[in-house]
Amino acid sequence: MIKPKALILRTAGTNCDIESAYAAGQAGFEADRIHINRIASGEVSLDKYSFLFIPGGFSYGDDIAAGKIMALELNKRLGDSLFRFEEQGKLVLGVCNGFQILIKTGLLPFHSHNPEKMRATLTDNDSGKFEDRWVHLAAEPDTVCVFTNTIKPVIELPVAHGEGKFIVRSQDDMKELEDNGQIVLRYVTNNGGTPSYPEDPNGSMGHVAGVCNKRGTIFGLMPHPERFLHRTNHPRWTRQNMPEHGDGTAFFKNAFEYCAKM
Amino acid sequence: MVRRVTISACAGIHDSRGEGIEKDALDLGVKGISKVKVSDVYLFEGDITEADIDRIAKELLTDFVTQEYLIDDMPKDEGHVIEVAYNHGVMDPVEGSIYKALRDMGITSVTGAKTMKRYAIQGNNSVEELELIVDKLLVNKIIQHVAEPGEEAFLHAKPVEGVNRIEIDLLGLDDDGLVNLSRDRFLSLNLEEMRTLRDHYKKMDRNPTDIELETFAQTWSEHCVHKTFRGIINYNGEIIDNLLKQTIVKATRDIDHEMCVSVFEDNAGVIRFDDTDNINFKVETHNFPSSLEPYGGAGTGIGGVIRDVLGTGLGAKPIMNTDIFCFAPPDMPLSDVPPGALHPRRIMKGVVSGVRDYGNRMGIPTSNGSVMFDKRYVGNPIVYCGTLGIMPKECSFKKVSDGDVIVLIGGRTGRDGIHGATLSSTEVTEESETTSSHAVQIGNAIQEKKVTDTLILARDRGLYSALTDCGAGGLSSAVGEMGEHTGAVVDLEKVPLKYAGLQYWEIWVSEAQERMVLAVPPDKVDELLTVFDAEDVEAIVIGTFTGNGTLTLRYHGVTVGEFDCAFLHGGVPRLERTATWERKQYPEPDFPCPSNLGEPLKKILGAWNVCSKEWVVRQYDHEVQGGSVVKPLTGASNDGPSDACVLRPKLGSNRGIAVSNGINPKYGVIDPYYMAMSVIDEALRQITAVGGDIRKTALLDNFAWGNTTIPDRLGDLVRASCGCYDAAVGFGTPFISGKDSLRNEFIYGDQVIRIPSTLLISALSVMEDVTKAVTMDFKAPKHAILVVGLTKDEMGGSHYWDIKGFTGNSVPDVDVDSARKTMIALHETMDKGLVLACHDCSEGGIGVAIAEMAFAGEVGAAVDLTQIPAEPCMRDDHILFSESNSRFIIEVVNEQVVDIMEILNGIPCAKIGTTTNTKQLQVKNANGILIEEDIFELKEAWQKPLRTV
Repeated sequence: MIKPKALILRTAGTNCDIESAYAAGQAGFEADRIHINRIASGEVSLDKYSFLFIPGGFSYGDDIAAGKIMALELNKRLGDSLFRFEEQGKLVLGVCNGFQILIKTGLLPFHSHNPEKMRATLTDNDSGKFEDRWVHLAAEPDTVCVFTNTIKPVIELPVAHGEGKFIVRSQDDMKELEDNGQIVLRYVTNNGGTPSYPEDPNGSMGHVAGVCNKRGTIFGLMPHPERFLHRTNHPRWTRQNMPEHGDGTAFFKNAFEYCAKM
Repeated sequence: MVRRVTISACAGIHDSRGEGIEKDALDLGVKGISKVKVSDVYLFEGDITEADIDRIAKELLTDFVTQEYLIDDMPKDEGHVIEVAYNHGVMDPVEGSIYKALRDMGITSVTGAKTMKRYAIQGNNSVEELELIVDKLLVNKIIQHVAEPGEEAFLHAKPVEGVNRIEIDLLGLDDDGLVNLSRDRFLSLNLEEMRTLRDHYKKMDRNPTDIELETFAQTWSEHCVHKTFRGIINYNGEIIDNLLKQTIVKATRDIDHEMCVSVFEDNAGVIRFDDTDNINFKVETHNFPSSLEPYGGAGTGIGGVIRDVLGTGLGAKPIMNTDIFCFAPPDMPLSDVPPGALHPRRIMKGVVSGVRDYGNRMGIPTSNGSVMFDKRYVGNPIVYCGTLGIMPKECSFKKVSDGDVIVLIGGRTGRDGIHGATLSSTEVTEESETTSSHAVQIGNAIQEKKVTDTLILARDRGLYSALTDCGAGGLSSAVGEMGEHTGAVVDLEKVPLKYAGLQYWEIWVSEAQERMVLAVPPDKVDELLTVFDAEDVEAIVIGTFTGNGTLTLRYHGVTVGEFDCAFLHGGVPRLERTATWERKQYPEPDFPCPSNLGEPLKKILGAWNVCSKEWVVRQYDHEVQGGSVVKPLTGASNDGPSDACVLRPKLGSNRGIAVSNGINPKYGVIDPYYMAMSVIDEALRQITAVGGDIRKTALLDNFAWGNTTIPDRLGDLVRASCGCYDAAVGFGTPFISGKDSLRNEFIYGDQVIRIPSTLLISALSVMEDVTKAVTMDFKAPKHAILVVGLTKDEMGGSHYWDIKGFTGNSVPDVDVDSARKTMIALHETMDKGLVLACHDCSEGGIGVAIAEMAFAGEVGAAVDLTQIPAEPCMRDDHILFSESNSRFIIEVVNEQVVDIMEILNGIPCAKIGTTTNTKQLQVKNANGILIEEDIFELKEAWQKPLRTV
């Protein structure tokens, strides 16, 4: 069998690409870390890949706004091939800065490229600062997301960001996302209840931690699944018995299962 | 023409930056502010059409969900409005990102871009109050100013025309003239060194050029050659020839540890990790810039040490950062802060955010550190930044060959950071704020990240034979050091500049950040340049390593400087200094043992040096790279203080590293020898506590000292160095790298504030199996609590004495032989999986250690003080709070106490109590209860002081 291929997209300031490639590789993908210049120049074609993974980091220093300059670059330099990628039902995952980039391209969640018509964004945490902490997350029962269909009711992952507060313009916008099954993950308390700070680390509307497109093939989230693959990653692994694989593993296994069937 | 776009938050959107300033103003004592609105201003220069500026505002700058924009017009903000701009010549990292975006958008009309911050302050505040806010919170004059309406935003310096080769009259100078020349040109060379230079040029029968003098100043600076440590010291009548060689280096030589690969030779020390890879580690100080511009100073501090790791051997991939800071207490009254010094709270916030923004952007986990407070760090904070890296073992060495081409990669060169190396070799004064502005730099982490990524690619393709970073002294040090044995010729006009107008000597000594120098075999140059170009990193050929032993500097073809490398690197006269030391006597307290020890326990838990540093830790990404095993905070609610961090640098392997630090300036005030012994013991205790083995552990030393030209300061240094030797040899743990910073005094008027002699010891241990790591939190009720190690009546320098207002004299000793046996035996118990929790006893002794284990694990404890192995006739409060070294508290299943005791045979050790399900910490003696406290109240006492800053 030919292994499905994952492209881990790099640019100036990407900094989670190695562990992201490791995560994809562990799940079964053949994972390549590729600088965006090589795709824009035509040297590397997106068409060979079935999974595009935009990892965390500080693309272009997050200058102006987190993910903004990279989002512009994606739209201007890779617009057509990215559109084709999406049309073919191939998978796109954006983690942390990758999520910020996907939101700012307009691909997520409403698929609109007109900046004046944007209805969703990620903005400064309510705490006003970058914070690194572990959070509890629950998947929405009726989400259409391909990546999360086998995860446990409540999982744990770390977040590390300063601009992760998800907001939409109106309640109608939120309802639209909910009705479409596009809300994927919400921050919760350790037993699945409604969180307050710091269980919800940034003050997101509806405590939303991750959203997807209508097909469930493009998914962005602030927490880092690639940082919880091994039991010793968990903050309390010395206190409780843990399975060998961490909660992040399922995201990549699901992506692999999907791509293997393509 | 200049166009302007202002971006403001829409009504109803949370403005966290404005809120932060409101809070900071309250802390300054300014009340009555009702609202602060913060906006971003972007200025663009060029022949820009309406359509283009409209696109820039809409497509690039505005987030329409949260923001609105205004082109050219000034917003009608309420209240007192000021706009803050960077000074000319200060690099604004955002500029480069804007150009990049404009290129992608196809907009070519913009020739310049700048950013400003706009503040609108509403409320009923006096002019004085507003000035205070501007001065203390919004503007740092070193890098910023309040922009006046109509001021010229874009200045264009003229390129330097022709070659104006300048000779400096040295041959004709007498001693006074030499001293004046050194002072006036900020050379920081002493009379003896100036005379040596004059005599050198006399022999050649010519005067030096300006660039030659500047090069000697850099190459011979304390910062670059450690003249004091390597000089001749008369210590209380005894002659020490090269203190470094006699103590620190000698320890490493005597131990001759098999894991050492490269020590004291390269930019960082290198040890073996596994069959294929080595680990390197370096810790630097960056105090001087941090005292003036905390954010930029700390950021470039971490940036610099990362380049040290990148510049070791053929380059290592950075895998972890450490940060240790010393500040004056954040609650210091404004009136106690001397003129010319920033308030410690501002320094602390600036330093933490500088390290945060640089380290996080680099994608390097900041996993270990500490923060110490003492009022004598006012005006002269200490900022230690450390980085570890991993590299294939065959990349551990470098060699420059004759004919190799000199390639400069990374950031462009500007006037930033000129004289950093020489200024950091002098004291800070109240005038430093104005005289030293050109020595301060702002880092650009993304530039360094790009350099790191591409360097590793080029390394793995074998495209260069040596490299080093541009740090202190800039190109003069980097090219000078690399070409020490070959000689080199450099064409300075080839160096890419940030802006025009630099003199040739400025190009040569500029400390502009994010640059590295490579030695490249001629047949690899083209491929190498292609690798960097593919990822938008500038790489330029600037010269050649010649092989003729001469360093030649040319500017547009004219030779402006020429050196004999042997003299440049070997000609600096040995320093001869006098050192004295005698033990001071401090008053001893005299008070009866309190019947309730809960109160002093809570006081110690809330002391600045002991309390939770979660506010700092959470701002650092300690999970990036995906290998964290023991995090800085641990326990049932992820908030207890870990002893050391453990991580897996290779994700497919369970082999890992543990990293810790020991620091305790309070002991040094009594006797620096015992401070050195104690902090080495502390660093090794912490390695042991997380499951590490001291037999696979290496040390780093960092000395931050007062002005060692003064004999008593130098005497402290001798004492501490001797302590380092004795402890390192006794434990068998070699030093692999170190650094000294020996001018940390703040001078104002006729007052001198000398920092306490501060030795930082960092420890690095290789762990075969991280799944055997142990954390410090109590795991469950009904387990046995054991003390390992002997408690002695050693209260000098303790926190218990400190809260009573005393220093005392009985500073803790280390019985190195017994300490080593204890740590090795304890490691064996942990290797066998017998230990559930382990915490070392340091500040606050057994009392604080058990309290921290209880509230971290959210498990109660009941302890009988009479069971603690202690010297005879000790008072209860002394037993509980003595800071004797080499002690641990461990949690063990009752059935395994016997097994543990057997392994610990011959080592003082006893079961002193059990964990309980009461959520109480109870300590009793033969007569009754000494402490009965709710563990959550103890946690609150520990968390409260630094919960928000």
